[in-house]
Amino acid sequence: MIRAILVFNNHGKPRLIKFYEHYKEDVQQKIVRETFQLVSKRDENVCNFLEGGSLIGGSDYRLIYRHYATLYFVFCVDSSESELGILDLIQVFVETLDKCFENVCELDMIFHVDKVHHILDEIVMGGMVLETSMTEIVSRIEEQNKLEKQEAGISSAPGRAMNAVKNMDLSTIKDIKLPDIQLPAFKNFKLSS
Amino acid sequence: MALALRKVKGNIERLFDKSLTDLVRGIRNNRDNEARYIAQCIDEIKQELKQDNIAVKTNAIEKLAYLQMLGYDISWAAFNIIEVMSSPRFTCKRVGYLAASQTFSEDTDVLMLTTNMIRKDITSPNLYDASIALGALSCFISTDLARDLANDAMSLMSSSKYYIRKRAVLLLYKVFLKYPDALRPCFARLKEKLEDPDPGVQSAAVNVICELARKHPKNYLALAPTFFKLMTNSTNNWMLIKIIKLFGALTPLEPRLGKKLIEPLTTLIHSTSAMSLLYECINTVIAVLLSVASALPDHTSSIQLCVQKLRILIEDSDQNLKYLGLLAMSKILQAHPKSVLSLKDLILQCLDDRDESIRLRALDLLYGMVNKKTLVDIVKKLMDHMEKAEGSGYRDELLSKIIHICSQNNYQYIVDFEWYVSVLVDLTKMEGIHHGSQIAAQLLDVAVRVSSVRHFIVQQMALLLENAHRLPLNAHGSTVHEVLLAAAWICGEFSEHLIDPRDTMEAMLKSKVTHFPAHIQAVYVQNIGKLYSKVITKAEAEDDSEIISAVGQLLLDRLNIFVGSSELEVQERASALLQVVQTSLALQQSGSRVAGAVQALYAGELNPVAPQAQKKVPVPEGLNLEAWINEPAVEKTRSGEDDEEEGQSPRFKKVRRKTPKNKGAFGVQSEEVPEEGEGVEYPSLTEKETAELRERRLMEQASNPYYIKPATKPASRPTSSLFSSPETPKTATAAGDGTIPGLTSSDRYLRQQKKERNEEVKRKSKKSSKKRSGATVSDDEGGVTAHVVNRDMGEMPEGATLSDAGSDHDDPYRALNIDIQSPLRPEERLPVGAHRAVQLKTGGAEPVRSQPDTASKKEKRSRTTKEEKDEKKKKKSSKSTEDGGEVKEKKKKRKEEAGEPSLISIDDTLAAVAGEKDKVKEETIPLKAEEVTKKNINAADDLSFWLSSNEEVANLKKAENGESTNQSSATKNAKTEKERPKSLNVKPLSEKEVKKTLKKDEKDGKKKKKSTRDKLRSHSVEEELIDEAPEVVDKTGYEEAFGVELEEPTTTGSSPMTESGSVSRFVTLLEDQNIKVEYDTYVYDAASRQIALNIVFASKLSEGVLRNIAFEVVDSVGMSVDQSQLGAEMPVKHSMLSAKASWNVTLVLNLKSTSAAAQTLRGSLTYLTGSGTAKQEVRDFKLALPASAFLLPVQISVDEFSMLLECGELNSSGDLSVEVGMGFEEVLSKIGFQGRFFLVEQVASSATLHAMSVLQQRVALMVKFTAGSGGKNKLVMTAKSADGALTGPLLEEIAASFKKATA
Repeated sequence: MIRAILVFNNHGKPRLIKFYEHYKEDVQQKIVRETFQLVSKRDENVCNFLEGGSLIGGSDYRLIYRHYATLYFVFCVDSSESELGILDLIQVFVETLDKCFENVCELDMIFHVDKVHHILDEIVMGGMVLETSMTEIVSRIEEQNKLEKQEAGISSAPGRAMNAVKNMDLSTIKDIKLPDIQLPAFKNFKLSS
Repeated sequence: MALALRKVKGNIERLFDKSLTDLVRGIRNNRDNEARYIAQCIDEIKQELKQDNIAVKTNAIEKLAYLQMLGYDISWAAFNIIEVMSSPRFTCKRVGYLAASQTFSEDTDVLMLTTNMIRKDITSPNLYDASIALGALSCFISTDLARDLANDAMSLMSSSKYYIRKRAVLLLYKVFLKYPDALRPCFARLKEKLEDPDPGVQSAAVNVICELARKHPKNYLALAPTFFKLMTNSTNNWMLIKIIKLFGALTPLEPRLGKKLIEPLTTLIHSTSAMSLLYECINTVIAVLLSVASALPDHTSSIQLCVQKLRILIEDSDQNLKYLGLLAMSKILQAHPKSVLSLKDLILQCLDDRDESIRLRALDLLYGMVNKKTLVDIVKKLMDHMEKAEGSGYRDELLSKIIHICSQNNYQYIVDFEWYVSVLVDLTKMEGIHHGSQIAAQLLDVAVRVSSVRHFIVQQMALLLENAHRLPLNAHGSTVHEVLLAAAWICGEFSEHLIDPRDTMEAMLKSKVTHFPAHIQAVYVQNIGKLYSKVITKAEAEDDSEIISAVGQLLLDRLNIFVGSSELEVQERASALLQVVQTSLALQQSGSRVAGAVQALYAGELNPVAPQAQKKVPVPEGLNLEAWINEPAVEKTRSGEDDEEEGQSPRFKKVRRKTPKNKGAFGVQSEEVPEEGEGVEYPSLTEKETAELRERRLMEQASNPYYIKPATKPASRPTSSLFSSPETPKTATAAGDGTIPGLTSSDRYLRQQKKERNEEVKRKSKKSSKKRSGATVSDDEGGVTAHVVNRDMGEMPEGATLSDAGSDHDDPYRALNIDIQSPLRPEERLPVGAHRAVQLKTGGAEPVRSQPDTASKKEKRSRTTKEEKDEKKKKKSSKSTEDGGEVKEKKKKRKEEAGEPSLISIDDTLAAVAGEKDKVKEETIPLKAEEVTKKNINAADDLSFWLSSNEEVANLKKAENGESTNQSSATKNAKTEKERPKSLNVKPLSEKEVKKTLKKDEKDGKKKKKSTRDKLRSHSVEEELIDEAPEVVDKTGYEEAFGVELEEPTTTGSSPMTESGSVSRFVTLLEDQNIKVEYDTYVYDAASRQIALNIVFASKLSEGVLRNIAFEVVDSVGMSVDQSQLGAEMPVKHSMLSAKASWNVTLVLNLKSTSAAAQTLRGSLTYLTGSGTAKQEVRDFKLALPASAFLLPVQISVDEFSMLLECGELNSSGDLSVEVGMGFEEVLSKIGFQGRFFLVEQVASSATLHAMSVLQQRVALMVKFTAGSGGKNKLVMTAKSADGALTGPLLEEIAASFKKATA
């Protein structure tokens, strides 16, 4: 079983949290912080498995993570999951994100966390692996997007126009204000294996 | 129009709401006052949630879901989330479900509102509506939801879309967790999913079963053959990994399974390129090897293969593989430590790895790799690492590993305890140690267990005490001071080894001591007392009154610092000691000798006490805790036996023998620390008594299995060590920075040891050159110093043994420990949400009901049927007892039962329905699981057969190669028969089952044919035996196992109408001399326009069977069979229907037509009759679905009903009058039942009724009753509906039913 899936950036800011067992919000935040503490102090090129983490699970649980550019993808799993299997799964998840967002970067995760959730829901359900084939996942997501567009139809046109205007404003003004929004290097995001 | 306007308006308003993107941007722009910004946003969201526009609400919920991720509690919006979830628009729904899955939990109280909505969504025809609902449900499912939706989840498992099926399968696991009762009814279907055509569904089923089996592997052992087949056929690595992991859990329970697995696993190991699969294979092979270590002759090759592959993993540059390699290696270590030893260098190398995870794993391995030879080197290496280790966490880990490694199995591998003591002393010098108490416990343990090292250890401890201030006590969080506790105790307890007890005592009396924690001070005080007794004994012996008074005075002065302590324990002990010193000092000044008496305070022998000893102390015979203690009769005897008992029964574990004073729990911190002291005789005893006592005690010790007598006297300890004798000057240490002069160090010790080794080697070589090899002692055996160690577990009360008392409770998975193999009992059903009749106050006029409250009646009915059934059973059993168990008789009995038209109870429910979605009531429907149950019955047998088949085939092969085929197969047969009878007694095999076995045998190889034939014969013999045997006991088991009859629907309640003597809704479809087919319909799922067709095939034969029954319904323009349902593939087949038995099929029909008017379906039924010369019979039929089949009684109030009539929506109407021969009440109840109408209102002799078709069309029916003469009453009916095609047929149908009733 997968108990939780956490995605946070190099500063520990959560970008996606999915718990397959219920925790109160404050505990969730604590778990994210603790996990970040554990994971962030590790060097690159050390193994991707980590025991400990007092807040979630017990001795049976371990953290399996991957670090891509600015983001950490952490899966908290128990012993019924294969360690290498979960590493592959993270890979599948990220590659799927990459396909769906066309060169995914942290900003995509920030502004479209709902979409990321939907993609994750195609891969894992209730803590159990649902689908590992990327083509299947992507085609399902695309179908849902189509459905969404159909529904939106004409009625949301003014809304979209408004959003476009807002976006324009922001792109010219806000980005100057926020020099620290950096697009992560996509090369690193491409997966080695 | 107004609606459209409002919509547009709402959309325009929406433009000014913040979208999620705006919120995210806003948060990023307001980094300095994020909390305030978000608070403001939440206020806005609250405003938005108050609006009617669902789009606005969705937007608000979307934002809340984002805020939830940032840690904001949004449970206050739970109701709004549900509102959004219930939106028909996919986009909104998805947002709602996402928010729900993130926030809802079992405790969310609004969840109970959602049951019906979620049911609608998960069964929605829209693929993605269903998938998002299933996904979210798996996150927040509660016990109630699990119970209510279990049946829906199960039916979804047979959905035609694999996309839904696999989700339903996974959801079921969550259902089981919350509602374990669902497991058994669902399991058969779940098992079928293992063979699903879609690999994704297969994988999901494997996943779920693996999760279930992981917690309770025993229950799933019978599935091993299925999984084995999957394993050998599948190429899906994900699934293979799961299966292989599952086998790893199963093999410990069934060694034969392991044998079967080894070969395919080895093949996989060789062939696979996927590291993950390779790794899991190795893991399972290791598990197999652990379970069958002895039974497998060629297991060394497998181990070699594993070790070799793991070596590759460990040497890999990928840290992950390295980590896993070490992890798996530690498992091999348990079974075959020798094979791991070859990797020692590699593993030691891993200790230098940069990666802490890998270092820790390597440490684990070291634990198993040490032996007498390697221990010293390995510990040396670890100590080096400790000095280098930067993080205190890792350092502490190393420390406890060192102690763990050294102390395993009560110091099994330690040859030289002086070395170990020096290691421990070295450890105390480390900075920032958090495991001071562990070191202390070790020192105490060693001192107590190893009498020969006491001298050395006491020297060291005395030095420690004197130099306590040099210890790194002040380091943050350090607990090194705990060591002083051990030091003080050891010095006090074994004070005879002290060179100068007085110096040590003075060191302990330094004022700095008061800075230590209270429990240490308390131990100090206690041991000062011991030292005092030692000093004055010596002084008295030497008649040195000066020392006596000087020491006494010193104590009187210094003890005050303890007396003034704020800690109770310290204060109390100090006061007591002070009093003792004062008294003895006074006595000594008056010239009397008191040393003996003072020493007696601390005399006694301490033995190691086992950790569980306290719990195991039996209450001594005759011990009456309520009796007076001070009665003269209960005077304490001073015999050893009594003390043994009394000494251990009080609450304190360590009780000094023959001492009036109790050391108390504070004396020694760790409970496990055993103690052993010098046996000092009680001074008041005479020599003779003492001798007697000693003898008795020795006897006792000899008979005590937990007591190991010291084989050698402490005095005989070898003197090879540097620090062995007190005379040896302790000047070897240079008083360097921070080091304590005289304090030992393991390094020096090592050097010394090496030197000795070299010498020894030289000596040995000399010896061997002299060819006296027989006299050489191996290093492994002897070592340098021969310490006598009390490696005992510790003392235990007589008769008690160590056991694992630890029982795991509070395991959330415990409820799932369910036997899934045994056949389903009829009451084991999934609860099904059904509509319940709820009495509605219908305006002012209270309608007179033609029927008593249907719900209560139904309840009563089901109860009575149950009772009846029980009674029947009872009768049956008694009857069979009377008849001496003649099977035929019983079969007849069965026939009678089966002959009853069997309605599944949902019929009753629906027939009696008068409500709408108000309450969900637990109701049951029979599951098709019965068919599978039959298979399961002999599952256990099958498993053992499967497991043993290998050998048998092998045997047979051998036999055929040889000449005497007959002979060996006969012996084999005898063997199988030997195995069988046990089960046969309980469940005899039916002919069919024998056939099954036969088939299987054929599969296993044609070579077995002969033996199976024999077997068959033997079975049929058995069967006959059973048939004739008047064994009543076997009956019930036989009945169930016989199988065929199980297929009759085992409903708890039968048709209400049959019972009340009225007509059932069953209509005869066709009937010939062999078979009768009846059917009935009910609305299965109104939302998806499905009706269920329940068909009962009843054999009319009194003997013989009908075979290969195939039933087919051809889809018409308006109707089609939903073949995605389980067992609904056309044609529906049934292999055998025995005499008088019946077979029940439920098909789900989809209504494709736009009108819910009567439909006709064509179909055919074929079957074979006769056992010898089979004759095929073909029957075509027309299946008429009356208009009422599409109706559902829907509750409606009188007002609503009149509004419905007034609004003019029901524009088509029809009239019909009919003559009836019954009363009005009866007429109404018949219309309600047959036509499926809800009685809205009844006034005098007229009434109004209401129903709704699956096409959501309402039907209003008005009836007027005129009583006529001679039972010829007139009934005028008017039906109104929007569907003109519906009213006419409906009225005719009702009229026809009356005519039939009259006829």
